[in-house]
Amino acid sequence: MTDSKSEILQGTLDLMVLKTLAAMGPLHGYGIARRIEQISEEALRLNQGTIYASLVRLQQKGWIKGAWGASENNRKAKFYSLTRSGKKQLSAESENWERIASVIGRVLQLEERG
Amino acid sequence: MVSNLKTLSSRIRGMFSHKRQEEEFSDEIREHLDLLTEENVRRGMSLAEARREAKIRLGGSAQLRETHRELTGVPFFETLVQDIRYAARMLRKSPGFTAVAVLTLALGIGANTAIFSAVNPILFEPLPYSHPERIMTIWGIFQGARSRVTFYNYRELLERNRSFDALAIFELWQPTMTGPNEPELLDGQNVTYGYFRALGVEPAMGRDFQPSDDAFHGPLVTILSYGLWQRRFGGDRSILGRQITLDGDSYTVIGVMPRGFDDVLSPTTEIWSPDQYNTANITDTNSVEWGNHCSVVARLKPNVSFGQAQADIAMIARTPMAEFPRPRWANLHLGFIVDSLQDDVTRGVKPALLAVVGAVVLVLLIACVNVTNLLLARGAQRRGEFAMRVALGAGRFRLVQQLLTESLLLALIGGVLGLLVAQVGVKTLVALSPPDLPRLSAISLDQKVFLFALGLTAAIGLVVGLIPALHASRSDLQTGLKEGSRQSGGSHQFTRRALVVAEVALALVLLVSAGLLLRSLSRLLAVDTGFDASNVLTMQVQTAGHKFDDSAPTGNRVRFFRQALENVRDVPGVESAAFTSLLPLTDDTQYGSYGAEFEKDKKSYGVFRYVVSPGYFETMRMPLRRGRYLNKGDAADAPHVVVISESLAKEEFGNQDPIGQRAHVGGFPNWPWYTVVGVVGDVKQASLIASEPDAVYITPEQSWFADEAMSLVVHTRGDAATLTPNIKKAIWSVDKDQPIVRIATMEHLLAATAAERSFTLILFEAFGIVALVLAAVGIYGVLSGNVTERTREIGIRVALGAPRGNILRLIVQQGMALTALGALIGLAGALAASRAIVSLLFAVSPVDVITYAGVVVVLAGVSLIACGVPAWRAARVDPLVALRYE
Repeated sequence: MTDSKSEILQGTLDLMVLKTLAAMGPLHGYGIARRIEQISEEALRLNQGTIYASLVRLQQKGWIKGAWGASENNRKAKFYSLTRSGKKQLSAESENWERIASVIGRVLQLEERG
Repeated sequence: MVSNLKTLSSRIRGMFSHKRQEEEFSDEIREHLDLLTEENVRRGMSLAEARREAKIRLGGSAQLRETHRELTGVPFFETLVQDIRYAARMLRKSPGFTAVAVLTLALGIGANTAIFSAVNPILFEPLPYSHPERIMTIWGIFQGARSRVTFYNYRELLERNRSFDALAIFELWQPTMTGPNEPELLDGQNVTYGYFRALGVEPAMGRDFQPSDDAFHGPLVTILSYGLWQRRFGGDRSILGRQITLDGDSYTVIGVMPRGFDDVLSPTTEIWSPDQYNTANITDTNSVEWGNHCSVVARLKPNVSFGQAQADIAMIARTPMAEFPRPRWANLHLGFIVDSLQDDVTRGVKPALLAVVGAVVLVLLIACVNVTNLLLARGAQRRGEFAMRVALGAGRFRLVQQLLTESLLLALIGGVLGLLVAQVGVKTLVALSPPDLPRLSAISLDQKVFLFALGLTAAIGLVVGLIPALHASRSDLQTGLKEGSRQSGGSHQFTRRALVVAEVALALVLLVSAGLLLRSLSRLLAVDTGFDASNVLTMQVQTAGHKFDDSAPTGNRVRFFRQALENVRDVPGVESAAFTSLLPLTDDTQYGSYGAEFEKDKKSYGVFRYVVSPGYFETMRMPLRRGRYLNKGDAADAPHVVVISESLAKEEFGNQDPIGQRAHVGGFPNWPWYTVVGVVGDVKQASLIASEPDAVYITPEQSWFADEAMSLVVHTRGDAATLTPNIKKAIWSVDKDQPIVRIATMEHLLAATAAERSFTLILFEAFGIVALVLAAVGIYGVLSGNVTERTREIGIRVALGAPRGNILRLIVQQGMALTALGALIGLAGALAASRAIVSLLFAVSPVDVITYAGVVVVLAGVSLIACGVPAWRAARVDPLVALRYE
């Protein structure tokens, strides 16, 4: 349960969920999963169940909140939206991510030259 | 940090709206599933296919809900309740397993709790006094051993020491209390004024002794114990200042000790009175003040260390002063022994108690190993269940948690039952305990004992559960599901066998120790005492009251004993009877030692002085080696004669004839010479172990003083005990006021001298038997499980024509191999353990071959039986049934 691979995946999934909600406004779980898959141009095929673990974690940290509403075909669904602290967290996390990504990128280039 | 707190608070809030949350989550994922299905249908799948694909994309709904529950709940508390319910259900489902495991644990926990409750106050808890570590005892040294000191030695220590706040002597005192109620012999102590100060206690009512109370011929005062005050005086507060009659003298009650005061120096003591010696008579070395009969207790000053006190006392011993002259027997050349009271009190029993602790810990280990083994076996049977739970989304940690809950629940039930076992155990322990076990009154199931039992239970629950839980959670999901519960995993078999080997080894260690103790005891009881104890009844008859004050051999005492003896001899059923001043194998022998000096070479011996009426040797069936026994003719006006023991005759006269030789006895040069008229066989005197056989026998009429108390020995026809009332009546017909105490058959006294050993032995035997049974259960369990798991293989072997004898041998061999390995390891352990109990052994080597061989044979026999049952089952396997078995 606690090996390092899933830990990294968890963190990235949380970040993706936050970003998706920021870009799209309130969405239900299916919508978030679908959106992430579309953005990745189907390169990423999620086990969609993992979205829910991410949603619980983000709610517990107070970064998103959920509310019941009607889905596009008028059925009951839970819609999630960013909170104010969620927005702050997103910008902090995004910066952090970009920094790490650029470091990794540079390291990888370095390896190619060597 | 803040976000962690937020998470926790959200989780806790979640606990209260739990059900609703779970329903909502179910709705949420159902909706998700529907949306996914619709999407798939749009892509052109059939409805069934679309639904199937959606389920795969989303993941199992049960697993999702489990994850959700784990994330939203407070996992520990929430799952705990659930786990306990589940564990209880599992234990109920297999009552056989539960019963065996719980009983095993109850035995282990109960035995350990009982022993802890007994050993803790004796060995480990501080004595119930203020600053008990400062209380010391001081002893003289005689022939390498501790000895009591003289009164003037005490006076010298009291005046010269710089280390002690209080220093006092104490002696045994057994007064007879008379008055309105029937006469009663009390256990008491004569003490000097510092006694209670040294212990650090004060009377609850009235006053403590003070220096003036110790004055020679001072006023007679006494302090009562709380128990005596309640029992004899109904707790009457006006007791202070009242007169009570002790040994015919009037004593003023000046105090009552607090309730619960435990005089560890003499636990049965109920009454205290000052030791009133003459301090002005120091130059008369024949006086009672120069006798070695005083024990010393003292309290260190707060700023003085144990070492400083030792140096101080040693310096006093080394540097005699003119004002404190010392005779030869009190010259203190060897110095003093200073010891802490705690060590002093537990000195005698410590080795035995520590051995018992060792034994009971072994029992606990075996019990734990056994339950671990049972849990492993059950784990193997439940592999299908575990695999199913993992498939349904249980994490490994979750599974371990569940299994530990089960083992903890088992341990808890075992612990509760164990407390019941402990309660019975403590009662039995107290009933069986040897008479010199200190602090008996402090043995009970108190709060500390409960805490101990609780801690033990928790530890056991974790210890026995951990290995099986890790094993179970490691099991491979695939094979577990596929093969159901039948096939064995190699690694758990290995663990179980290792555990059985350990169990056999531990049992062997315990059994060898028990065997060595058993052999010691039987050797001890087979020791030739030098007299015949069968059909001999003994009792001590005392002379109390002022008419017996005269201690001259012509006085009332001797006359009373002579008349009493004549009456006893007339009692029907009495074959022969006699009085003796010393009864062998009792603590009489602490006081009966004197010097004897032979005329021939002026050589002096320490001997026991037996004052016996004629007929003593015949009653005790002591063999005559030379000359004659004492007889009626050896009266006051006849020539003084003495019968000596065989060893004394040999030491002094070698092969020469000692008859007719003369000796002084008792160190009184002015007393007539005693002429040796006979030599009798040696007897065991102070104890069965000690061999200090030198003794002299004289008649009461020819002794230099008449003893206050004499022991009656009666050889009876038939059962000795039934004659007791008639014999007492016969004595009381001479004088009805004389106390008769310590009534016992000689055989009983013999058994009592071995009481501590038999106490230890009984415990070791009980523990040894438990260990043996548990080991047998362990072997049986492993083999029986093994046979079940191999039923198919055995069936095939039989089908292919293997003779049933071969199958039988296969299984038995397997079991016996485990036993042999365990026995081998156990032998090494037993060699170490036997060295630890060497001080409890008597006339048996710690590597006694017979014991070791005997134990190995017994163990092999028992494990053969334990192997036999599963082997027999294996040999009867029907190949047709076996092959259909899966």
